[in-house]
Amino acid sequence: MYAFNYHRPGSLAEATKLIAANTEAKLLAGGQTLIPTLKQRLAQPGDVIDLGGIAELKGIKVEGGSVVIGAMTRHGEVASSAEVKKAIPALAALAGGIGDPQVRNLGTIGGSIANSDPAADYPAAALGLGATIHTSKRQIPADKFFTGMFETALEEGEIIVKVAFPAPKRAAYQKFENPASRYAIVGVLVAETANGVRVAVTGAAPSVFRWTEAEAALGKSFAAGALDGLKAKADGLNADIHASAEYRAHLIGVMARRAVAACG
Amino acid sequence: MPTVSMTVNGKTVSRDVEARTLLVQFLREHLNLTGTHVGCDTSQCGACVVHVDGRSVKSCTMLAAQANGASVTTIEGLAQGDKLHPMQEAFREHHALQCGFCTPGMIMSAIDLVKRNPNPSEETIRHELEGNICRCTGYHNIVKAVKAAAANM
Repeated sequence: MYAFNYHRPGSLAEATKLIAANTEAKLLAGGQTLIPTLKQRLAQPGDVIDLGGIAELKGIKVEGGSVVIGAMTRHGEVASSAEVKKAIPALAALAGGIGDPQVRNLGTIGGSIANSDPAADYPAAALGLGATIHTSKRQIPADKFFTGMFETALEEGEIIVKVAFPAPKRAAYQKFENPASRYAIVGVLVAETANGVRVAVTGAAPSVFRWTEAEAALGKSFAAGALDGLKAKADGLNADIHASAEYRAHLIGVMARRAVAACG
Repeated sequence: MPTVSMTVNGKTVSRDVEARTLLVQFLREHLNLTGTHVGCDTSQCGACVVHVDGRSVKSCTMLAAQANGASVTTIEGLAQGDKLHPMQEAFREHHALQCGFCTPGMIMSAIDLVKRNPNPSEETIRHELEGNICRCTGYHNIVKAVKAAAANM
């Protein structure tokens, strides 16, 4: 790891001031991606701003039919929260399937979403449930947030404060995981919401995306059989030693059907 | 250099360290607590697991500065004098180690899992130990030991 200056602001106001003064600085949330990146010397920030000391970024609240999760809330806290389990059980289950228990004790929702890893689980929850990302500057709908591989709509110096998930009528997440890392080779979140059916796919493409053909089919009939004959296109999907683009396209259909079936 | 202070195994410690110092380096190289091991150094194997404020974490993937003000427990902090912690005793009793390299991390993860699941099934134990790798593949006896310890904790 290269040397850096370490900052630990005690408030969001202090953190935004620090990052505004030094846009090359890196924000440290749970560190489960950033610290390995620094250890491999793939990044060399002069300054690291640790968000771990900011109380206003932590915690889970249920407000008017939405589950609102502070950016620095750990995956393990979301997975074991009685409130999340009651309001959006699919969200608690998704958080409980990230990495392993020790990773879940440090990794945060804000860090995961800001990183926009193509194989991460939380982007599927944010996009599939139609979440709103509240930042230090504005509110961004999930549909406009994830813009590419490790790319988001966040501007320089913008900090995620919380993520609001409207509770769906029903939802489920199913993933075909890499058995070593437990990242999604393909993960699909299906949700029946007040504004129609949403199907979000992670792991398959450079960025999480909505499978609109499946949404239309499930909008007519919310049953796994409604997806019969529907095939996701392999064009533009990821291919690596774990799965070809064609295999990933096939898995999207399988995981989507399983998710619909798991909705009950 | 930032000053990092924390409570380690009940004792307050304070050191001036480079900001890039990992928690595991702080424990091993600055406090000479070498019971916590570095295996893969890539957050996968779990040999470096310690408790920070009661929760198990991989100390190779956390800066010492992030644990400033926290209470840290390592494998050295479990026994009370000559009396082993029930999890350590169960590992000895059930021969849950061969080379022993993964053992400190296994024990720290296992204590956290029993705290959250006081009466874990074999399936739960295997699932909860996903973050710890034993290259001797001694999992069978590790699972037996965790189950036995859970009854005594």
